[in-house]
Amino acid sequence: MFEIVERRELAENIYLTRVKAPRIARSAKPGQFVIVRADEKGERTPLTIADYDVAEETITLVTQALGISTRKIVAKGEGEYLADVAGPLGRPSDFVAEDIEELRKRKFIFVGGGVGAAPVYPQVKWLTERGVEVDVIVGAKSKDLLIYAEEMAKVATNLYIATDDGSEGFHGLVTTLLEKLVNEGKQYDCCVAIGPMIMMKFVTLTAKKFDLPCIVSLNALMVDGTGMCGACRVTIAGKTKFTCVDGPEFNAYDVDFDEAMRRQGMYRTQEQRALAIQREREAGHKCNIGLDK
Amino acid sequence: MANKIPRVPVREQDPQVRATNFEEVCYGYNREEAMLEATRCLDCKNPRCVGACPVGIQIPRFIEHLREGNTAAAAEVISHDSSLPSICGRVCPQESQCEGACILGIKGEPVAIGKLERFVGDWQLENGRPAVEIEKNGHKVAIVGSGPAGLACASDLAKMGYEVTIFEALHEAGGVLVYGIPEFRLPKERIVKAEIESVKALGVKIETDVVVGRTITIDSLLNEEGFDAVFIGSGAGLPRFMGIEGENLNGVLSANEFLTRANLMHAYDDMYDTPIYVGRKVVVVGGGNVAMDAVRTAKRLGAEAVIVYRRSEKELPARVEEVHHAKEEGIEFKMLTNPTAIIGDEKGWVKAINCVQMELGEPDESGRRSPVVVEGSDFEIECDVVVMALGTSPNPLIASTTEALETTRRGVIVADEWGQTTRKGVFAGGDAVTGAATVILAMGAGRKAAAAIDRYIKEK
Repeated sequence: MFEIVERRELAENIYLTRVKAPRIARSAKPGQFVIVRADEKGERTPLTIADYDVAEETITLVTQALGISTRKIVAKGEGEYLADVAGPLGRPSDFVAEDIEELRKRKFIFVGGGVGAAPVYPQVKWLTERGVEVDVIVGAKSKDLLIYAEEMAKVATNLYIATDDGSEGFHGLVTTLLEKLVNEGKQYDCCVAIGPMIMMKFVTLTAKKFDLPCIVSLNALMVDGTGMCGACRVTIAGKTKFTCVDGPEFNAYDVDFDEAMRRQGMYRTQEQRALAIQREREAGHKCNIGLDK
Repeated sequence: MANKIPRVPVREQDPQVRATNFEEVCYGYNREEAMLEATRCLDCKNPRCVGACPVGIQIPRFIEHLREGNTAAAAEVISHDSSLPSICGRVCPQESQCEGACILGIKGEPVAIGKLERFVGDWQLENGRPAVEIEKNGHKVAIVGSGPAGLACASDLAKMGYEVTIFEALHEAGGVLVYGIPEFRLPKERIVKAEIESVKALGVKIETDVVVGRTITIDSLLNEEGFDAVFIGSGAGLPRFMGIEGENLNGVLSANEFLTRANLMHAYDDMYDTPIYVGRKVVVVGGGNVAMDAVRTAKRLGAEAVIVYRRSEKELPARVEEVHHAKEEGIEFKMLTNPTAIIGDEKGWVKAINCVQMELGEPDESGRRSPVVVEGSDFEIECDVVVMALGTSPNPLIASTTEALETTRRGVIVADEWGQTTRKGVFAGGDAVTGAATVILAMGAGRKAAAAIDRYIKEK
């Protein structure tokens, strides 16, 4: 059991949950994720680590409540417990193992879309704490859905905000903003994009235009998260890889995004059905013809 | 003396009924049946069954006690050599081990040793094991993985007085016993959990959600957490795929994924959140026990279920009993059939599997006649789901994060017959060393390593 020490709503349906997990806090590195199970009946859900604090022995998770499992996770309040948190899983970001002097010669641009802004944060923090220059684009549909802008402003060299409706910062998509920055003469050596699969696909296409190397963090479906099941198979440069143990970060140019997006939908019908039943139950509806069985 | 009665039949759930539920297939013997079956044992002077048992259980001795109605004494005999009788009685391939060697089997049917062992094991779970006085010796041993190897090693070490902690990556202890083998073959609450509870009763601690190699490392256990030795029983969990076209289509999954969803995550039960998909027809590729487990699970979830295997029925590596049960339940077997590609619809979902017919040629290095493709025999089987049950290999995570721990080219950890690895103080056994094998071999390896760890720590 893992105690929740802090929980707050960051934006509509997006929650921050900070959990006591001493072993994970000690071992976590930027780029890694955990598997969370809210309760005894819950699914094993992969969530990227948004922050970790060795002294406090906590890790921070940012969850967008979409399906049954994520709704269960965000419903847990301070002082309550998550049944399971296992990790840190996956390989840390490549830069963690690189020579610091070499890293300082490079300039990074991070693109965090929607809830993807959260996992970008520990990476930016890690790099700028070590004196590496990092620009960050945080994107959201609108101002109300924008998360991590304040925290990011503290750690990023330059922070750029983009909203689809123009309610804050640049009016438009993160890809358009990225293109604008490069066209205005910004020089970057590496782009890291984390967010919805479709956003990562288009950031990759944009980066390609400028021959800008690009890394993405894939959020494939998983069960165990340790290499056992292969649900998270993705095609990387024509070869099958497991997101959980070979990733979650990959060279973006090599990723078959269309296949990855299709595979994310493997259980969509079942998930939507389960969620619909759950909503009906919550509304007090009792099915008399057994459709909820 | 031995009775010339036929083997006492074991009661089973009706095939048509059980093909729609997850309750245990076989009910096992009751006391009367067990005592009667026990009278069939010839009590051979030179018992071949003992030699054929991977852990050398004194089979005629425990059967003798059963015949006299003394189940407690029978349990005592088994416990010298096996720590998980109710599990091994259910999942051991007895026909190629003890029962395969039974003299009675030459002309008729061998003694139902497996069913007798199961009876004794279940009796012990119900009646409790006699409490053992344990004097703690002050040494700590860490065990990686709570499957059969780890549980057996832990229970022996705990009895010797060691303070034992098992680290399990998943949220539940049991390893393959909980994620792999289905409920209808090995009940989780009544048998697996009860066995694990009895290991815990010896003082063994189990920490779940700890992925050794990520959350902690073997080195941190030895250098920072004060463990005197480590046993690695992490199993063989990495699924293999065929490498054919269409394997990443929606609807193609490893048997590990399919069974983990059904068993560990209880996806067959609507009260649990994890989804599972079978569609109308499931094709399972492979012929081992895991393939049988997957195909029978698919059937129970309401799909038409088919086994596709490239050799003939005689070469099926699965236990005879499992194949027999699967057939009774209406599983279709397509033998001498090998998939060449999986075909998807316009949305990227499986719609069929393309196969070729095979015929048996010359024997290969395993002694089995190797299958050869019949030219121009391509055909399609329409289906919605394809499950790949082609075997597994060990997870490289531990070896890649541990100093001086060698593995072979096949990815298994190098260890001697006592489980000693190339790293001092680090022992290993079970599937992590042998590659995918059986519960009984893993259990045997765990117990041998426990003895070796005891020697190592005492000599240190």
